[in-house]
Amino acid sequence: MKILVTIKRTPHRDARMRIAADGKSLDTADVPFEINPFDEIAVEEALRVKEAGQAEEVVVVTVGIEAARDQLLAALAMGADRAILISTDAVAQDEPLDSLQIAKTLAAVIQSEKPGLVIMGKLAIDDENWQIAPMVAELAGWPQAAFASKLEVADDGKTARVTREVDAGLEQVELTLPALITTDLRINEPRYASLPGIMKAKRKPLEVISLEEFGPLSEMGGIGESRVHTVSYQALPPKEKGILVDSAAELAAILKERKLV
Amino acid sequence: MTTQDVLVIVGPTASTLRKIDTAAIGFGKRAAALLSGEFDLLLLGPLAAEAAPQFIPFGVRKIYTLDHADLADYTAEAYTGAVVHFAKEKNYRFLSCTATSASRDFFPRVAARMDIPMASDVLEIDQMNGDQAQLIRAVFVGNLLATVSISGPQVLATCRASKFEASTEGITSKSPIEAIELASALACADKKFISITEQASDRPDLTEAEVIVSGGRGTRGTEGFQILEQLADQLDAAIGCTRAVVDSGWMPNEMQVGQTGKNVAPKLYFAVAISGAIQHLAGMRSSKTVVAINKDPEAPIFEIADLGLVADMFEAVPQLVKALHAEN
Repeated sequence: MKILVTIKRTPHRDARMRIAADGKSLDTADVPFEINPFDEIAVEEALRVKEAGQAEEVVVVTVGIEAARDQLLAALAMGADRAILISTDAVAQDEPLDSLQIAKTLAAVIQSEKPGLVIMGKLAIDDENWQIAPMVAELAGWPQAAFASKLEVADDGKTARVTREVDAGLEQVELTLPALITTDLRINEPRYASLPGIMKAKRKPLEVISLEEFGPLSEMGGIGESRVHTVSYQALPPKEKGILVDSAAELAAILKERKLV
Repeated sequence: MTTQDVLVIVGPTASTLRKIDTAAIGFGKRAAALLSGEFDLLLLGPLAAEAAPQFIPFGVRKIYTLDHADLADYTAEAYTGAVVHFAKEKNYRFLSCTATSASRDFFPRVAARMDIPMASDVLEIDQMNGDQAQLIRAVFVGNLLATVSISGPQVLATCRASKFEASTEGITSKSPIEAIELASALACADKKFISITEQASDRPDLTEAEVIVSGGRGTRGTEGFQILEQLADQLDAAIGCTRAVVDSGWMPNEMQVGQTGKNVAPKLYFAVAISGAIQHLAGMRSSKTVVAINKDPEAPIFEIADLGLVADMFEAVPQLVKALHAEN
């Protein structure tokens, strides 16, 4: 079985994002980028399935600018076998693709790669849209199990049992493969790339395909126009400074006085 | 031809009217007001018909209920099929629901099947007309707000439950209820629901509670949560926690407040022995009053707290329980 993992290049999780002077974009000049943390967990999960002998190949794919090569290399250094960059300048031209456009592109990658399992992060920490994975599953006509905290692929490779973290608790579902899952935080802790892993990554195949020239996508009808645009960013309204109290008794008195209890 | 009408979807429907339901109605009303359109409700699942009368006082144009054997256990595939079956010929301008673990699972599938652009976790609708909608969302772990413009005749959107409310005040019209029949299969043959583990609790749900008592790593587990439960008992509060607490196995995942857990905005939020990582703040910063108790005066939680107490929770919380008890 082949596993396809999608990754997104996102600003580092600890980076403080600043709004650019135009108010419409973000100042990313000094911001380091990394693999979206949830996607890194997805890469790790795919590697574990392969190491358990239930998959032969882990392919990572991203849709983005040339610089996203760095994140593909990071995934290859972790142990993925092969990488695909569907390159587009749309992001750089300030016209980022919307979720459905990216989902359609990834559905075309599925069409050409024919994986048995697709693993994606449950959300991207930059735009927090929580959208693309279910869209991809729908476009592929596949079952999905989102927010997985446990994945067990059956020995015959035909089914997978997934535990999902949902609002009410933990849900268990069984999927007949091919299927798509999205990873939650508790499914694993991603490994660090080893030095030999980083050296090897540079020799692993990394295919760059222009979005405009990606055959399977045009056969599926292309991606159309972007219909979702960020028109401006705003800082959070300032929060009034709170007060420090000296004791639990004082705290109780204030809560009571403000009629909060 | 698209109408200027709004459809709000509730699913799976519960037997009681929840905060997530009234938020969905409030969100739909806001959209309908901007569009000068009408507003319908679609209740999905085995409890839809039973729950429907509770939605009558909100004065929507019509309440539709849709139940089907394949909706008995929740799956994204079947719920997607039900929504699309109902909505595909109706040309609603705006289709919406509250962001929950279910809608985050099935609503993007609806968007893909119907080829309609989508906005998630909307905090406010800025403006809306025939082919343009401007919606405000939180991005970057709640540290920034983004105004997003969506073009086209139809939009799908989910809202944050903490940001919308609906009232029944002054509404005299009574919404008719219609049950939708659906014969064709909805379930995906390649997915089987097996079980759901829910922990029974006498406490209010996190997303329903007016008061929440949350604990972090500094609770040291059961020892600290036993103390927090005394405070929660006194205030009829829900118990919440941080990611670290769930990761340590001290509390189940459904108690987690934060970016990847629940988003809450109670009247009163106690953050006890919680340092205040941005991922936690993202889930509770809209709370009306935040009380922080932490022995580290440098803890970031104090930056967003309305009331702060620098103290060891193992001393301060029992004292607080006593003081509240004495004064009540």
